[in-house]
Amino acid sequence: MDQYVIGVIVANVSGVLSRVSGMFTRRGFNIDSLTVGETESSGFSRITIAFHGDEDIKERILHQLQKLYDVREVEVMDKNETVIRELLLIKVRNKAEIRQDIMTAVEIFRSKIVDYSPTSLTCELTGETSKIDAFIELLKPFGIMEMCRTGIVAIERGENCLKTVK
Amino acid sequence: MKISGAKTVVEILIEQGCDTIFGYPGGQVIDLFDELYNAKERIRHILTADEQGAAHAADGYARSTGKVGVVIATSGPGATNLVTGIATAYLDSVPIVAITGNVSCDFIGRDSFQEVDIVGITMPITKHNFIVKDIKDLADTLRTAFKIAKSGRPGPVLVDIPKDIQLAQYEFEANAQPVIPYPLIFSSEEKLKKAAELINASERPYIYFGGGIISGKASAQIMALADKIDAPMGCSLMGLSAVPSDYPRFLGMQGRHGHYASTVAEDEADLIITLGARFSDRSTWETSRSLKKFRIIHIDIDGAELNKNIPADLSIRGDILDAVERLTAMIEEKKHPQWSERIAKLREEEKRLTKSAHKKIKGKLSPYDIIDTISSYAPDDAIVVTDVGQHQMWTAQRYPFKKPRTFLSSGGLGTMGYGLGAAVGAAMATGKRVILFTGDGSFGMDLNELATAVSHELPITIVIMNNGVLGMVRQWQTLYLDKHYSNTTLDRKTDFVKLAEAFGAEGGRACDTKQLKKLAEKAFSCSVPFIIDCAVDSDEFVLPMLPPSGSVDDIITEIK
Repeated sequence: MDQYVIGVIVANVSGVLSRVSGMFTRRGFNIDSLTVGETESSGFSRITIAFHGDEDIKERILHQLQKLYDVREVEVMDKNETVIRELLLIKVRNKAEIRQDIMTAVEIFRSKIVDYSPTSLTCELTGETSKIDAFIELLKPFGIMEMCRTGIVAIERGENCLKTVK
Repeated sequence: MKISGAKTVVEILIEQGCDTIFGYPGGQVIDLFDELYNAKERIRHILTADEQGAAHAADGYARSTGKVGVVIATSGPGATNLVTGIATAYLDSVPIVAITGNVSCDFIGRDSFQEVDIVGITMPITKHNFIVKDIKDLADTLRTAFKIAKSGRPGPVLVDIPKDIQLAQYEFEANAQPVIPYPLIFSSEEKLKKAAELINASERPYIYFGGGIISGKASAQIMALADKIDAPMGCSLMGLSAVPSDYPRFLGMQGRHGHYASTVAEDEADLIITLGARFSDRSTWETSRSLKKFRIIHIDIDGAELNKNIPADLSIRGDILDAVERLTAMIEEKKHPQWSERIAKLREEEKRLTKSAHKKIKGKLSPYDIIDTISSYAPDDAIVVTDVGQHQMWTAQRYPFKKPRTFLSSGGLGTMGYGLGAAVGAAMATGKRVILFTGDGSFGMDLNELATAVSHELPITIVIMNNGVLGMVRQWQTLYLDKHYSNTTLDRKTDFVKLAEAFGAEGGRACDTKQLKKLAEKAFSCSVPFIIDCAVDSDEFVLPMLPPSGSVDDIITEIK
């Protein structure tokens, strides 16, 4: 089973996220990650969905998405031609004996400390999913207090765009 | 001119060509009903016994005419009562527009009296739905709802209109922006050519069609195709009535309780030409067709149906009438004498099996005898409606359909309690004789609509195949659950003849063919609903039966 990333341009109307995510639930497709946000035009939002499946499931998902009235464009992103990013915020214990190890990890991963208190440290990291996963693994032994990740966003390299219908 | 939202709704309904709509009033649609009162010379509203009946009536109206059916219900329980009707229409691709009232925008989300999120509830069972929160959007939203409902693969659309929007005043322009219908989808020429090649090379072609032929108005076209390539054809439940039952190439419904000849013919074909059908699990018996030697061409208007249930060797998305017409022009005229001979043999075999399937039992009527007798009295253009269960399958197998849109049945959802509501809708829409075949189980779920049928003096002949049991489930219990008849023996004392009288209808009970004929004669000359309560043995089975996950070798033709 491969992981696919699809970009979906939808009308920026209430309920659209329910329609899209509801389609996945109803048809029994699993979502790895789903993000939604504004686009360059106020009438449309962009949803990025990652899921695991075979070619057949991918085709079925594309067809079912295209049938939704609020969906304007659907495209499978070619991973080799796409910039894929995710953001992580992670809070770990701030103890003297491990502080230096954390700092080293932060430096190597080009992460940033965005909050510092006597008892906790919060780091921010942007990157592909695999990089985020590796960073979390590295921090695990130090005691993760909490973390959240945004799920992926993706945009094609070069001048190719996921066009919106004007 | 400024008019209220409620009046806007009525004006749009008239603009969209609605002559008859169905519904039930309530607090959040009281203003809408006031406008219907004012417009009663221009549009007829039929009050049903409950909202589910109204939804099925709108469905029956749509299926029998091809026009969009409309149903109106109030918020909360009114809206939730529509759910089964909307889901029924969704699964069978029936164009209806459901209009619900809701509490005023300010009250939404506060669990106000009779408030439900009907848009959320019906999201997975509508093509699309709307809640109108700005009076400016009301007229165009309704126009769009009609456009979505009837375009492409038809289906239900719901529009939820809060009370304050119904009361708000806004400038209304009749036909302000005529809604441009979606353009027809034309099949790719290249793919049609490939299909023609496959058909030309085929020795044993078989046409499997579905409800798409009826909604796509392609009956004549598929018969022309079949004639040109000398192919037999069979259909799903939804395809019934698309071609006349006595059309020589038509082998009948295929699948779980399909005709023996069509089911086996499909299995032995080397090419299955699938037209406007979706390979539902009831019309198709194997999910791993790839193991088979035959090839599949699949043409449908809905791209999402292609390769969904069964992978096809060639799938083509497009308008079915256009596709079949162009395809027929591309192919060579063929004769397949060997294949035709085999088909003739299958038909003979089927005749033999049918004879032995129903035995004569004293004091009981055989299901096929009931259908044969009723159909012999029925006018050619009568509309046949069923509920769901054994009687539905017997009717589908046996009734001689003559014209498209004369068979109305809940196929995809299998909704018991669909029948009488749909019969009311069809009778209202067409003014024609309607025959409802139902069972004592199903009829128990929709008999309240008898009140509506009587109020409007509708010529509905209700034939109850009364076997005292929930026969279809009982059949499964007989076959697979050691005859544990758990909750399928009704053991009721309902007297359907007295019930008919209580509602203001007429009726009688038939235990033999003589009595049945007498009652049929009466029923078909009667201009009010007439119930014929037919005694059927509780151990009559629907045969043949393709067992779940079985192949044609496992077809059950006899149950002892």
